[in-house]
Amino acid sequence: MMENNRRRFLKVAGIAAIGLGASPAISFASSDAHGAAVAVKRKNKEALSAHRWGMVIDTNKITDEIVEKIIDACHKTHNVPDFNHEVDEEKYPETRPVNHKQEVKWIWEEEFHNAFPDKEDEFLAERFHDLPFLVTCNHCKNPPCVQACPTQATFKREDGIVLMDFHRCIGCRFCMAACPFGARSFNFRDPRPFVEEIDPRFPTRSKGVVEKCNLCAERLALGEQPHCVEASEGAIVVGDLDDPESEVRALLNEHYTIRRKQSLGTEPSVYYVM
Amino acid sequence: MLEIAIKGSKNYWLWLVFLLVVMGAGTIAYLDQFMNGLMTTGMSRDVSWGFYIANFTFLVGVAAGGVMVVIPYYLHNYEKFHRITILGEFLAVGALIMCLLFIVVDLGQPIRMLNVLLYPSPKSMLFYDMLVLNGYLFLNIVIGWKVLEAERNQVEPPSWTKPLIYLSIPFAIGIHTVTAYLYCGLPGRGFWLTAILAPRFLASAFAAGPAFLIILCYIIRKFTKFDPGWDAMQTLSKIVCWAIIANLFFFLCEVFVVYYSNIPGHKVHIQYLLFGYHGYTALVPWMWTSLTLMATGAIFLLIPQLRNNKTLLPISCAMIFFGAWIDKGLGMISGGFVPSPLHHVTEYGPTGPEIMITLGVYATGFLVITILYKLATQVKEEVRG
Repeated sequence: MMENNRRRFLKVAGIAAIGLGASPAISFASSDAHGAAVAVKRKNKEALSAHRWGMVIDTNKITDEIVEKIIDACHKTHNVPDFNHEVDEEKYPETRPVNHKQEVKWIWEEEFHNAFPDKEDEFLAERFHDLPFLVTCNHCKNPPCVQACPTQATFKREDGIVLMDFHRCIGCRFCMAACPFGARSFNFRDPRPFVEEIDPRFPTRSKGVVEKCNLCAERLALGEQPHCVEASEGAIVVGDLDDPESEVRALLNEHYTIRRKQSLGTEPSVYYVM
Repeated sequence: MLEIAIKGSKNYWLWLVFLLVVMGAGTIAYLDQFMNGLMTTGMSRDVSWGFYIANFTFLVGVAAGGVMVVIPYYLHNYEKFHRITILGEFLAVGALIMCLLFIVVDLGQPIRMLNVLLYPSPKSMLFYDMLVLNGYLFLNIVIGWKVLEAERNQVEPPSWTKPLIYLSIPFAIGIHTVTAYLYCGLPGRGFWLTAILAPRFLASAFAAGPAFLIILCYIIRKFTKFDPGWDAMQTLSKIVCWAIIANLFFFLCEVFVVYYSNIPGHKVHIQYLLFGYHGYTALVPWMWTSLTLMATGAIFLLIPQLRNNKTLLPISCAMIFFGAWIDKGLGMISGGFVPSPLHHVTEYGPTGPEIMITLGVYATGFLVITILYKLATQVKEEVRG
């Protein structure tokens, strides 16, 4: 079946989104025969690419302050609703009260025994008890969510990033049941009244679709680092896990790292330096 | 044949009006959910499936249970089931319509539903579930209708219905097996990650479906001149008895494995359901009620004197039916989500609108079953008279 353009567009790694950045990703050229505009895809030369994207989080460098900055940067730029935000009554009259259990989050803080429930240990070193652990989508090599999705609305790109097509998702939430990391959120309601300031560079979502971390695919395409990396003061590094010369591989080589629920075989691409 | 459905007694019409009122109330509740999203339900980030999917799962079982009359009659020529076979098939039709409606009301974007067909995804179990559920519905409508029509005209059913009837048997097993596969293939959900889930689903289905059929036979005997036959009901009750015993046995196996192996990720869910977890006990009374109902019902059906008691039999069947409903409808889905993969406990309970929509779906199914049963019983009365 022919895949529609939007989807092909999302699938091609390193293509900058329309209207983003200095160099347009799609330029319109005149066809000789009819004079009609034809869209041409062109790869942004500055785009960051990898065979398999991965992330290394240095837990020693993460503080409560950095955690807050990271979550804020990610959620604000991706228009993730904040249910604590006071709704503008004029713009969104008669907004019903929120149920905080139905919140949406892409990256958030957990305690060690919640982030790594299978590594729970009554004699765990004390400093780990108090450390904030950032958790997000693991962009698994074998993603159970992709396998479960009945419409391929969630899919793994060639460079390993697991993405969501918000316009194809039917909201069956099979992916949420399939994800062993609780990485996915469902829009139980229209999220827009709870977005303080809409960032026009990223789409808002409608009610009834699932969303999650996209490893800032839209930023990588522009040659920029993900928001969490920028806000992390060096605590988070992303790079190519398949490239032995990459910074992430150097970090994995130098430090003892762990991954969440490794025994399930989903092969998470997010590593934690202990 | 459909003209039979518009000629009925006062009671028949009162019942239909009642169902239509419930359907109307459910529709109003659904319109609100459609406009505002699933925020109107008790579901959450941690418990992302609730009452709708639970009832869907249970009713797939009721639909599959119809095969317990089809197999003896068509494969083993068990003549006593001749009169009730059509009832089993039409019950399956009503149950499947409810199943499909429960899926639709659970979707966040129901208008995009056809994406499942536009982008077929053979790695997703939901894809196969859609195929077998619709296939089984189609088979039962065609078979039920053609066989009944032939009976009315007092001729043999067309010969091409035979292969369809044989095909419907693996489909019946298939719908509940694939529905179990939706759950038991998910790596991070210890409660469902068990090979006995599909057999357990089938066992409870083969108890709940025929148990409901027996209750329907009682209702038919009370309100129509058609008698499904006491012998047939007795045989059915033996099927219910052994199926519910198998279900309880499978659950016992489950309990043994999780407690003896003591693996936390698997044990914690059954612990939550049976004894509560960190002070969260919402489902504990329900689960014990369910186990008590199923076990008592099994004992009542096992002892011949009690099983032969015409007053007690429908009560025993109702106990088993409701026990199985709690087990699958409340425990099976919530139990898999609590605690969450990050070991947080978020409990779940359906909201008022969620219950209203659920009742609306049930009313729709009962409307279909009522009309189909009206046709079946009237035709059989005509033929006999």
